[in-house]
Amino acid sequence: MNHQVFDNVLGLGCGVVVLSAVVTLWRHSLIAIIRALAVQGVALALVALTLGLHGHDRGLEVVAGLVLLAKGVVVPALITKVVRHDVASRETDPLVNVPASLVAAGVLIFLAFAASRSVTALTSNAPGRLIPFGMAAMLIGFFALATRRKAVSQIVGLLLVDNGIALVAFLATAGVPLIVELGASLDLLLITVVLRVLATQMRRRLGTVDLDGLAELHD
Amino acid sequence: MSVAHDVGVTGVGVLQVVVIGIGGLVLLGLMRKVRARIEGRVGAPVLQPLRDVRKLMRKERLRPEFASWIFPLAPVVLVATVTVAALMTPLITTHPPLAGGSDLFVVVYLLLLGSTLVALAGLDTGTAFGGMGSSRALTIGALAEPALLVTILALSVSSHSSNFPVIVRATLADPAVIISPARLFALAALLIVIIAESGRLPVDNPATHLELTMIKEAMILEYSGPDLALVTLGEAMRLALLLGVLVNLSLPWGVASSTSVGALAIGTIVLCAKVAAVASALSFVEVFLAKLRLFRLPELLAGAFVLALLGVVSGVVTK
Repeated sequence: MNHQVFDNVLGLGCGVVVLSAVVTLWRHSLIAIIRALAVQGVALALVALTLGLHGHDRGLEVVAGLVLLAKGVVVPALITKVVRHDVASRETDPLVNVPASLVAAGVLIFLAFAASRSVTALTSNAPGRLIPFGMAAMLIGFFALATRRKAVSQIVGLLLVDNGIALVAFLATAGVPLIVELGASLDLLLITVVLRVLATQMRRRLGTVDLDGLAELHD
Repeated sequence: MSVAHDVGVTGVGVLQVVVIGIGGLVLLGLMRKVRARIEGRVGAPVLQPLRDVRKLMRKERLRPEFASWIFPLAPVVLVATVTVAALMTPLITTHPPLAGGSDLFVVVYLLLLGSTLVALAGLDTGTAFGGMGSSRALTIGALAEPALLVTILALSVSSHSSNFPVIVRATLADPAVIISPARLFALAALLIVIIAESGRLPVDNPATHLELTMIKEAMILEYSGPDLALVTLGEAMRLALLLGVLVNLSLPWGVASSTSVGALAIGTIVLCAKVAAVASALSFVEVFLAKLRLFRLPELLAGAFVLALLGVVSGVVTK
């Protein structure tokens, strides 16, 4: 693969990962947020595939396929079902309003770059220099976890953090071993299933999936 | 400097201004036509805005009784600033007449000068709608400005210069830069800012005269006759110029690199085709968009700001 095209595609994939993290803070509709999450999964798979093709690493190409299937299709589809069942709350209800969240995301992006300067200083190749993007996606995920109170938004935040970690792993080590990636993906799938059960239970008991509802005592 | 070269530069200047002037009005007509066709109407002819401006030019000059000198000044400044900007930007050729001073910051603030004066003119007459429109337009302008500044920064990272012709020439020399993340994010942010600045959907509905929603139309409500013709011309030219900037940064192929007649002819045709295609696409998308609530606009423009910021960051990282 042409060197500059490789750099550009890789950079674009990492950029889209961060961008879709920002979009989850930007949009109000939960469906749109989940769609952004799916786009992030696809971008992550693209990064893995590009690295695999460039380094002639068959294992990484398989991982890319798995990432695409799990994070691009299955997990978003599972969460979408939760939202579709719950007609009453299809919009996020953030503790921090959207413009402030976006400015915070900008600050977090800079923070990610400042924090990973010592790491990027070690390498001069393209994947190494893109590590801050993974950190940024991770930090934005933490921010989403801290400021979004719906059960679905919480799982989205968690998945953002996980995607960020996965991106850093791909870029730093040119791919984690297949078995580790498989384990992590299965964990996430399990968490998503647990969330579905939790959301169904909460809706049955409380009539809402707002986590603040759990702070009060109920009969 | 030879005489022939001088004539060439002047010729290029006249050509760019005329193409932007007439092209801008035709573009307005084209966008309305596309919208009408999609909505199942026949629509006015594409050349209708040209005829409207000609008609308005011949009408009597009527000005509000208590308007100050700002009011007649604003339309003139609007057209003048866009004309100077058209002389600076590499639209048809990469060697515009005022290439030396053609810094992106200068071009952007020249354009802002015109729109700010129109906003002042809206306040000047003291009518309720004028004040409301100006206040809204300036709010949007203030929100769009940081995004625009960071966008320019992102665009200039790859070519180490904020000189506009230099950026376009560098893009032509190395087209791979277009699919670099820095450029793509910057272009996306630029598109949002252009939509906000030129008052298209979903920021402002250019076809409405509804009191509660209009922004641009509210500011120029008091203008009539030749003044209104100038405002219409200025706004149309600005839209064409901004779209021209956008297409030359995203698809620079076909821009003339010399001032020979053949190259300029090709450059003109290619520019018109590209801008018409982008404008038609915009108009097509607009049919499916509703106007955004005014209070949701900060979210849109903050999004553009973060996009541009991502552009700068990835430009610095992947350099």
